[in-house]
Amino acid sequence: MACLSSLVRHRSQEENRVLDELLREYLPILVFLGLAIVLGLVLVLAAVVVAVRNPDPEKVSAYECGFNAFDDARMKFDVRFYLVSILFIIFDLEVAFLFPWAAGFQHIGEFGFWSMIVFLGVLTVGFVYEWKKGALEWE
Amino acid sequence: MIAFAFYLFAGVAVASGLMVVLSRNPVHSVLWLILAFFSSAGLFILMGAEFVAMLLVIVYVGAVAVLFLFVVMMLDVDFAELREGFARYLPLGLLIGLVLIVELGLVFGTWVFADNAPELRAAVAPAPTDVENTVALGQLIYTQYVYLFQAAGLILFVAMVGAIVLTLRHRTDIKRQDILDQIYRDPATAIEMKDIKPGQGL
Repeated sequence: MACLSSLVRHRSQEENRVLDELLREYLPILVFLGLAIVLGLVLVLAAVVVAVRNPDPEKVSAYECGFNAFDDARMKFDVRFYLVSILFIIFDLEVAFLFPWAAGFQHIGEFGFWSMIVFLGVLTVGFVYEWKKGALEWE
Repeated sequence: MIAFAFYLFAGVAVASGLMVVLSRNPVHSVLWLILAFFSSAGLFILMGAEFVAMLLVIVYVGAVAVLFLFVVMMLDVDFAELREGFARYLPLGLLIGLVLIVELGLVFGTWVFADNAPELRAAVAPAPTDVENTVALGQLIYTQYVYLFQAAGLILFVAMVGAIVLTLRHRTDIKRQDILDQIYRDPATAIEMKDIKPGQGL
């Protein structure tokens, strides 16, 4: 455990101040989070406390246009949804790589620019492949 | 205040992680997983890693959790059947858990950092007082770690091609739209004139 503490760089006074400032910017989000949780709990608990509940089998059973439900609502999805979702994640990650690139653009020079262009080129090849394969078409 | 926020996020993360494993309904497990992702994002913000925190919310909560939901929906889960096998697989599961705990204990018990590890780490990362988190990442990823960056691109490419190869099935029993074909259709090709004699059918 002693070796662990040696790795943790002791933060200087200056760094601590910067981190404090950063966290103070996030304080409103924390306040909103607390408010959202409290409001959600109030709404749910108010329904439990105030609402009139008088259940009988007909009321609590699933309503399906007057006849009894045929089977469980849980059914198998088409694997096509999964394909769309995984293709979305890949381009989501591609965009995530663009953010630090754009933010640090003035520091990385021409090499950094072409590095990103090659990265985008590789993914564009994949994009052309999926377009030509018809993976984006819904049938 | 920071200590309070840390214990709040850490506590919620651990508790929701536990609920992911314990809840009977796989869909509820995924919802608990989303809560665990959110709390970890909060922990990252407390460390000053803003970009990673936002990435966790966008990529994991926005995309990976949805993917998990689809996978859960795709499996045809029969809860009665699941509970039936629980007692049978319990010894095996406990054994695997025990092996994992022993391995983790060995790792943390004998873990020794290299002497120059702190200096190496300090040399790579720009001081947080000078630059913002996202800009600091941008300065490193695309130039200093260019090979890893391109490897990440190739991995994404392979994932894209692999997903298409594994799951794309073209159905042949349905009529599909062909826009170009429809646009090029004109009366000359669409209408065929038939000369029918009186009293005869077609």
